[in-house]
Amino acid sequence: MKRVLSYLRYYRLESALGPLFKLLEAALELLVPFVVAAIVDTGIPSGDAGRVARMGLLLVALGLVGLLSSVTAQYFAAKAAVGLAAKLRRALFAQVQKLSFADLNRVGTSTLITRLTSDVNQVQSGVNLALRLFLRSPFIVFGAMAMAFAIDARCALIFAVAILILLVIVFGILLISMPMYRRSQNQLDQVLQRTRENLTGTRVLRAFGREDDEIEAFNRGHEKLTRLQTAAGHVSALMNPLTYVAINLALVALLRASGARVDAGRLTQGEAVALVNYMGQILVELIKLANLIITVSRSAACARRVSAVLELHPGLTSPARPEEADPARAGCVEFEHVCLRYPGANADHLTDIHFSARRGQIIGVIGGTGSGKTSLVNLIPRFYDASSGAVRVDGVDVRRQSLRELRARVGVVPQKALLFQGSIRDNLRWGDPEADDAAILEAVRAAQAEDVIAAKGGLDGEIEQYGRNLSGGQRQRLTIARALVRRPEILILDDSASALDYATDARLRMAIRQLSYRPTVFIVSQRAASVRYADRILVLDDGRIVGDGTHEWLLQSCQIYREIYDSQFRGEVGA
Amino acid sequence: MNRRDTLKRVLAYTAHARLQIVLSLTFAFASVALTLYLPVLTGRAVDLFVGAGKVDFAALGMILARMAIVIGLTALSQWAMSVCNNRITYRTVRDIRRDAFAHIQRLPLSYIDAHPAGDVVSRVIADVDTFADGLLMGFTQLFTGALTILGTLIFMLRIDVGVTVVVVLVTPVSLFVAAFIARRTYDMFRLQSATRGEQTALISEAVGGQKVVQAFGREEACQRQFDEINARLEKCSLRATFFSSLTNPCTRFVNSLVYAGVAIFGALAAITGGVSVGQLTCFLTYANQYTKPFNEISGVVTELQNAVACAARVFELIDEPAEAPDSADALELARADGSVELDDVEFRYLPERPLIEDLNLAAAPGSRVAIVGPTGCGKTTLINLLMRFYDVDGGSILVSGRDVREISRRSLRRSFGMVLQDTWLKSGTIRENIAMARPGATYEEIVAAAKAAHAHSFIRRMPGGYDAEIGEDGGGLSEGQKQLICIARAMLNLPPMLILDEATSSIDTRTELQIQNAFAKMMEGRTSFIVAHRLSTIENADAILVMRDGHIVETGTHRELLAKNGFYAELYNSQFAH
Repeated sequence: MKRVLSYLRYYRLESALGPLFKLLEAALELLVPFVVAAIVDTGIPSGDAGRVARMGLLLVALGLVGLLSSVTAQYFAAKAAVGLAAKLRRALFAQVQKLSFADLNRVGTSTLITRLTSDVNQVQSGVNLALRLFLRSPFIVFGAMAMAFAIDARCALIFAVAILILLVIVFGILLISMPMYRRSQNQLDQVLQRTRENLTGTRVLRAFGREDDEIEAFNRGHEKLTRLQTAAGHVSALMNPLTYVAINLALVALLRASGARVDAGRLTQGEAVALVNYMGQILVELIKLANLIITVSRSAACARRVSAVLELHPGLTSPARPEEADPARAGCVEFEHVCLRYPGANADHLTDIHFSARRGQIIGVIGGTGSGKTSLVNLIPRFYDASSGAVRVDGVDVRRQSLRELRARVGVVPQKALLFQGSIRDNLRWGDPEADDAAILEAVRAAQAEDVIAAKGGLDGEIEQYGRNLSGGQRQRLTIARALVRRPEILILDDSASALDYATDARLRMAIRQLSYRPTVFIVSQRAASVRYADRILVLDDGRIVGDGTHEWLLQSCQIYREIYDSQFRGEVGA
Repeated sequence: MNRRDTLKRVLAYTAHARLQIVLSLTFAFASVALTLYLPVLTGRAVDLFVGAGKVDFAALGMILARMAIVIGLTALSQWAMSVCNNRITYRTVRDIRRDAFAHIQRLPLSYIDAHPAGDVVSRVIADVDTFADGLLMGFTQLFTGALTILGTLIFMLRIDVGVTVVVVLVTPVSLFVAAFIARRTYDMFRLQSATRGEQTALISEAVGGQKVVQAFGREEACQRQFDEINARLEKCSLRATFFSSLTNPCTRFVNSLVYAGVAIFGALAAITGGVSVGQLTCFLTYANQYTKPFNEISGVVTELQNAVACAARVFELIDEPAEAPDSADALELARADGSVELDDVEFRYLPERPLIEDLNLAAAPGSRVAIVGPTGCGKTTLINLLMRFYDVDGGSILVSGRDVREISRRSLRRSFGMVLQDTWLKSGTIRENIAMARPGATYEEIVAAAKAAHAHSFIRRMPGGYDAEIGEDGGGLSEGQKQLICIARAMLNLPPMLILDEATSSIDTRTELQIQNAFAKMMEGRTSFIVAHRLSTIENADAILVMRDGHIVETGTHRELLAKNGFYAELYNSQFAH
């Protein structure tokens, strides 16, 4: 919260001037009943039409100056609020770029997007409204009371009591109804979720003939929602009548009291009219104040959510004085008794991983789901930090290298084949912004993606958001090409051929073996066929290396590898 | 659906609340009339304040007592009106949503497959909400607003015609000002929301793909792209925010003109004795009250238009043609014998793109039919037809010797057990999810099914075990675990026919091997349709259909097909290629 508001320091002038001009407008508004009182007390009895007209023109002048100062105020408030939102978004976006993979997993993508978009928008409108009203509304309420005291202290006491009662009513109803609205909002979320579920799960629900049960459950849930909403609605429906009663009974009391004061000669008729007018102003402003508080408390919640992101300390940073990689040991990857435990987990994900790979070697990594294959390769470009042990790339501990340079040497093809909106060329140049078409096409050939390029009309072919105008296999091959464009020292293929048919997969592996720059390659897969011809295969089970060697050696020595192999190649014996 | 039809439909939905609508309007009328009467009383009271020693307290007491009664009645009718409106609104919302949800259950799969779930959900939830807020609340606002304007006019005319004319002439200016500003800012708002949309697209792409962004060191490039849009957004957002925020000061200025006009002309009339000071006070109050509904009404009109558009979207969903209902004499398939026959089946999703043509197949009870082919060749379509999620365009499908169109959908579908590639789970406990196959199942039966599916050990380890809550779409579970639960769900209830569509695609091969035995037992004596990616799992099927681009290109047993050395042989051999 404080963190968010601290961005207002860039708009000190605006956020001071905005409320001040608003205050000026409010002060002018408070003068209006005074002028009217003068008309009644001196203008009308004197019968001087010119005097009345002059006072009337004074009212117009007050309105005009009020308009000007309020327009100025709106401008400064808008400038501060919009500027704050822009700075906030920028800071948030920059922060997201710095978050580590572990942070991203923990926070979650969709909530980050909400915070960057709708939360910041809420903060913007909250700040805008607050700058405009937070001085004005209380000023008018208490200003009207002060003016009333200036006119007649005894009558003004009624104002004090009325304001107190109104505050109790307005905030009492807010306090009671807000949790009721929250509950009905939660119930609405459930109704929404059931609707969504019934759309995504139609096949299953219909296959099991559950339609009627679902309708009944929906109706039950919605009945509860209707009850909650109606109850909350009834409570907030009290707001208008109760404030109406309070302010107007105060008016009755005021009339009674001023009647007595006028009779005693302490108050003029015009002053009584002014008191009545001030009473009217108070009600309007109090309702505005209540709305302001609702909006501001909503934006305050959003501001807290935004702050929470800004306050995250990125769990992984580049060292201040990085060490240079050893060129003689380029492409070497060493794991030294590495353990990995994700934050919040109560067991290790990887336990005592120890091996080293030489330049140009092809390392297969195989194991069941959840055995830790992806975790292992994610340690190489330092997407995560080992909880103990050390990972060395090019002979230097990854934690002592510049993050940027380390990652620039590694080509990663993640499991989830993700492309971005833009041309194919733009996407492939992520690997190397300097790459020319010849280099790009060479990578495309190796990735077996020539037909994808052809189908999309060459390198200029457009890719839609997330690459959704491509099939899974097409996306996978383009992500492989993207990694190859970089001519990486180390290439990591994380189950990145799963959507390819066996023949294409085989051609791809062949092409990678023949790459001229001889990268060290890690192939992660569930398929024995994909790792079978690797120089060395690591077999993972439950986060440990249970087998390490060539295919033939593992078939003889590693039971788990044999089981995996048999489960996929049983047919070969019979064929 | 045009606007008039939509309104008729809305009226039909509120028909049950007719009495409450009448009540609501009556209370609205009462509260407006009473609200307008109060300033008259205030004015009369002020008129008694003629000077020291000259105040008539008896008369003042009478007026004040009357005021108290009017205030009480006003508050009561205001509250009663709100209560009526709440009831009408929330019940109408409930009724429309019920109809929409029940209709979703009857929509043909072709509609659900073709429309994004998010769109349908927003019709049922957000659109109905907007409709309720806009139409029902807007309607009362419009009604009370119009009444207030009319009533104020009448009251003012009764006091003084001249001053009334001033009010009537100046007030519409505020309407024009508001409309002028709204027209001018419309383009700015459009630009702002377009730019926001652009930025949101970039954000969701960059944040959604943040890991790739970091892996390729693209942080700075992304930030530059973001900053460029952000700067544009700041600029157009400032314009839109500032210019639209001019509405209030401007209309307030017009109001103060009205106020000054009333003060001047009222005071002049007071000098000549046309109105009393009290009546002038009353006029000043009216001048404030009179302009408010004008400002509100201009907002209400756009809201109403929006509400009608939203209602139309919901009704569009409700009017979407439902699946043809089962015929009245539809057969309840109590015990299928397991025979399935396809005769010259023809099917296409799009009229101009034939997909399945002349498909013939006879599966004897207890036989095992495998369907293989590359992704996207139409394997799942066959399952859609068997379960009658879609109807054939030509030919027929016979189950137990009867055309599936003569069998009630529910009994037909319950005759199939299935595990689909799409591992859908509902939010709720694991136990509820497994029991979906047979709601009456005991805890022991559920555990037995989970054990058979090799899901027992991981379920037991979860906090809460079988009562562990799983989030929407199985959140918190891995794909493999979800699939194991789906298998357990199928194991709990085994009808005479089975459909296994890539039933083990997310399970690692070792676990798969372990549950093969369970699968074998499951399929024993049951007609099974197996779609598989891995060919090793289907070698001992009684018949293999090889599909390619929607056509069955080869049929036969594994041995026959290999001997043929055609497409199947090619597929089969490629998985062992190096």
